[in-house]
Amino acid sequence: MNRTVQKSLFFIVKSVRTSPSNTAGKLHAWRGLSTTPDPPTKVCIVGGGPAGFYTAQHIIKGRPDVQVDVYERLPVPFGLVRFGVAPDHPEVKNVINTFTQTAQHERCRFLGNVNVGKDVSVDELRQLYHAVVLSYGAEGNRSLGVPGEHLPGVYSAKDFVGWYNGLPYNRELRPDLSHDTAVILGQGNVAVDVARILLSPLDMLKKTDITQAALDALANSQVRRVLIVGRRGPMQVACTIKELREMVNLPETQPDMLTDDFHGVNEALKDLPRPRKRLTELMLKALREQAGKEAHRKWGFRFLRSPLDVLPNADGTRAAAIRLALNKLEGLGDEARAVPTGEVEEIPCGVIISSIGYKSLPIDSAVPFDPRKAIIPNTMGRVQETTGLYCSGWVKRGPTGVIATTMNDSFDTGRVLLQDLDSGAIDISESKLGAQGIAPLLEKKGVRPVSFSDWEKISDEEVRRGEAQGKPREKMLDVQEMLSVAWA
Amino acid sequence: MAAAAAARVSVGHLTLRISRVAPDCSVCPFNRLNVCRNAFTGGTKGRALDRFRTPNRNLQTSISHYHLADHSNAEDLDDVVNVVYVDRSGHRIPVRAKVGDNILYLAHKHGIELEGACEASLACSTCHVYVQGDYCEKLPEPDEREDDMLDMASGLQENSRLGCQIILTKELEGIELTLPKTTRNFYVDGHVPKPH
Repeated sequence: MNRTVQKSLFFIVKSVRTSPSNTAGKLHAWRGLSTTPDPPTKVCIVGGGPAGFYTAQHIIKGRPDVQVDVYERLPVPFGLVRFGVAPDHPEVKNVINTFTQTAQHERCRFLGNVNVGKDVSVDELRQLYHAVVLSYGAEGNRSLGVPGEHLPGVYSAKDFVGWYNGLPYNRELRPDLSHDTAVILGQGNVAVDVARILLSPLDMLKKTDITQAALDALANSQVRRVLIVGRRGPMQVACTIKELREMVNLPETQPDMLTDDFHGVNEALKDLPRPRKRLTELMLKALREQAGKEAHRKWGFRFLRSPLDVLPNADGTRAAAIRLALNKLEGLGDEARAVPTGEVEEIPCGVIISSIGYKSLPIDSAVPFDPRKAIIPNTMGRVQETTGLYCSGWVKRGPTGVIATTMNDSFDTGRVLLQDLDSGAIDISESKLGAQGIAPLLEKKGVRPVSFSDWEKISDEEVRRGEAQGKPREKMLDVQEMLSVAWA
Repeated sequence: MAAAAAARVSVGHLTLRISRVAPDCSVCPFNRLNVCRNAFTGGTKGRALDRFRTPNRNLQTSISHYHLADHSNAEDLDDVVNVVYVDRSGHRIPVRAKVGDNILYLAHKHGIELEGACEASLACSTCHVYVQGDYCEKLPEPDEREDDMLDMASGLQENSRLGCQIILTKELEGIELTLPKTTRNFYVDGHVPKPH
């Protein structure tokens, strides 16, 4: 039903009920928003990021009898599109418009501030819904496994990115940017994003939705050289050309790479597939042209180096350097393996950012989980040894790829789920309560969901705060603050 | 909407004016999602204005550069360009389009499943299409940024282009655009990565 009618109903319901100002009364008001019952087939999705929304979109489009409820732990939706995509990549965030349309669809309901695994279990969801899709992504990270990695000054890229993107969990990070050299371990797009944010002219960052706290820290940063370190060679680098081109073209900076790292690369160019070839050519061009430049801020790949340990300062209170093993390559292309040569190198630095991969964690003991691959074991999105349980996105495939990859993957899971609805593999003749059944469960726990229009109030407030600074928005960093704005 | 529909059938000039005021279905995501309420509820639910309210966009898009509003129902034959989309199951969908139409938004208008996640800003590859045969040469060379995005597309071929960058001209009459089969393997050369 349309929003104006919805809002009028809400006020009528609210005033007619002599509701005490407690959570239970408010939940009843939330439930009362819909005076028409949900469609009969109930699907819920755990995780309100790109995988969740693309899967929802596909299912809603696929059958007119399905209601899709999207559960999200934070009060705010969109996952890594909000907390992972770099602030200076606003066009990548355009996909939020698509997700917004999905969320506002009459057969879609967003329920933020609900922690699946804690406030409600996956089993409880499976009682209330015909099908449950797990799309909760990867909130952990791979550890380096080297001595000293827990010293102050060593951060995961996930936390560093979360910090500049306003993820509440990372608001206290306070990275120390007082040394002139930063070392990033890993050479994927996340590593390159971090390098770019560390070295971007402040004038560029000021106009983005980067948090004010990060902006202030970067304004005082002494970092002038960023090294992006990888175990293998230039032809195995995992970042993509758009991000590399941005680094090469970054104002007031210049590349600082080592010719030695590029042995044999020129000769191998002609046999490379197009994407790899264009990427490698760009790197070679940057290497060729770096001598002629005189910028004060430098960035560079350091290839064929693996971390051995993080060395502390004199009183052992923080990281002061990193020791790296030098490698040679055995084998070719993506199959090439890094083999230590025995040589070692030390780089003094003040901040070390480990960007070697995110990692999914198990959500609930009732859900199968493969600890070695850190994904939910599945076949084409159907969770193994279960019926009515599915997964999409990083928790299904592993934490790599861009939004488009997750989109295709989510559509794959959506397709399989629709097939199962069509074929009767999921028995929809049995009626399920869906969100109606969730409400009493959450009430008992004192949990109140944040609806999509509640999120819009948070968003409008962030935009309002950003306007004063000439930014698209100033993100709220505190969950309690988000909730009080949402329910004001 | 019933009143507007009636007006559309009637006098030419009046039709034009009402069309300009009415919402533009080709950019409406409800239409794109094939969940336009007008389409399957019979069109009387809710107020028209609410249904077509555009979302609050604080994000950068280049829609205005690539889309021309659909002003006429009266067809100017000089402007017509016939296009064929081949969808992911191999179905051929002929579309009667106009000079200046953008292949991505044209697909949306006709319910063809071509995503445009970044909304034509050269920040994704979800509108990846294959251009049939000799029509490739008739298109202007891709911008370096388009090539960068194409490098990320799965199933990249010689005749790959981004749909959001193809603007129809008379020369492209009869062009055929095939949607790539979406694969789970996202490496462009078919490679499956192994842990190292």
